[in-house]
Parts: sequence; structure tokens; C-alpha cells
Amino acid sequence: MRILYFGWVRSKIGTGTQDIEVPNAAKNVRDLINHLSSLDNTYEQVFRDLTVIRVAVNQEMADMETLIEDAKEIALFPPMTGG
Amino acid sequence: MIRVQEEDFDAGKEIRALTRGKKRIGGVASFIGLVRESTNNETISSLTLEHYPGMTEKILEQIEKDARERWSLHEVLVIHRIGRMEPGEQIVLVVTTSAHREAALKSCQFLIDKLKTGAPFWKQEDTPKGSHWVTERPDDINASERWDTETKAECARFNHGSGDLTKAS
Repeated sequence: MRILYFGWVRSKIGTGTQDIEVPNAAKNVRDLINHLSSLDNTYEQVFRDLTVIRVAVNQEMADMETLIEDAKEIALFPPMTGG
Repeated sequence: MIRVQEEDFDAGKEIRALTRGKKRIGGVASFIGLVRESTNNETISSLTLEHYPGMTEKILEQIEKDARERWSLHEVLVIHRIGRMEPGEQIVLVVTTSAHREAALKSCQFLIDKLKTGAPFWKQEDTPKGSHWVTERPDDINASERWDTETKAECARFNHGSGDLTKAS
């Protein structure tokens, strides 16, 4: 599964794109983040406070409970600051 | 019409191109956002805008669609720049056109309010002390959410029945 990072999430993780094998037990975005956090301390720190993390599944805004079964692309990023 | 680009834009040229020959348009509203030289008393040497290619365009198109559902609009143009910019440079242009001023003015503000917190852009500021990511401003969230409480019926009263609409291509 392709995971994208933007903003300070990208800066802290050190890359903008990762292809990751997601365990079958990971059903929603929250499970995916828990999986990432179990892999490495950096993810654990980045995703410690999920109130500052926004998520898009297949380029549509989603939330922590969104199911990821049909996801091709999941993006994790901070609140948006355009304009 | 939505454009995400690194290049600067010429608002006058864009507006002339948008309205040329469209004689049902009676009002044009525009907003241009510029890079400020300081925020919170900190000097900004440059600003870098990152975005989510593909999703950015989809979200901006959706915001334009939402605006068209609320007001009777003719042409709509949003140009948002990405990449590195210096203070004084233009970041964003929003142009809305309608038969009458109210729909154009209101929808222009709607579009800029919605895109600031709803479209996947992230700003990084470079200052003499180093660079940092810009955080979401409560005022910007309020400005966006305010439109959600304003019903579409209330917006419709600004439309004055401007007849059949020319959809932007």
C-alpha cells in the first residue's frame, strides 16, 4: 500500500512516499498508524497526538475509522494551510 | 477553472481573458493573496508551498462546485501557486463573476475561506532563525466553518435569478 506524507509529517519521517506491506489485521486508518508506530520510534513520535493528524484515503478526506481495505493510496498530513 | 502552478500570474490579463465576450457578466470580484514580510513579529525571508498533486485539484474543483450550488455564477477562476516565494509575491488568485455584485463578492470570499483550510496545501516559512511549518489559525477555521451555518437558501437570495448559466470549462 502506498503511504504519502506531507508538511511536517513528511519532514519528520524523512520521506514523502513509502510502499508498505500492511498486515491483514489492520482494518482502518487507526490500525495502520498503530502498525507504523510499532515499526519505528520516529512514527511513534509523529503519530503520538492524532488530533493534529489529518488523513486522506484514495485522495478523499477521511478519518481514523475509515476502512482501508480498498485503499490504493493513504496520505497522512498536518492541518492544511493554503491561501 | 482551477490552476495549480509554480509561475506567477497577471490578474488583469486573467480577468480580461475570463470575461472576454461574456456579456451576461455584470460583476467581477477578485482576491489576491500575497506573501507577508512578517508573521508574529518574525521576519519571513521566503515561503515554500507544498501540495498533494491530484488531490489538490479535486478539492479545489469541489469547492468551486459548492460555490456554484450556492450562487448563480458565470466564470470562476482559482490560481494557486506552489514552490518557493518571497515577501511581496502573489500566492493565490480567486476570481468570480456573476450577473450582479453580491453573488460575485460573496462567492469570492467563500472560495478563499474554504480553500485556506480545506485544500491540501502546506506552508513552510524561512526566517533568519530557521524554517518552520505554518500551523492552522483558529480564525481561518472559523472563517471556513461560518459558511457551513449559512444555509444555501440564504445564499440564494443574492442570486436575483441571473438566468441560464455558462459553466466554466
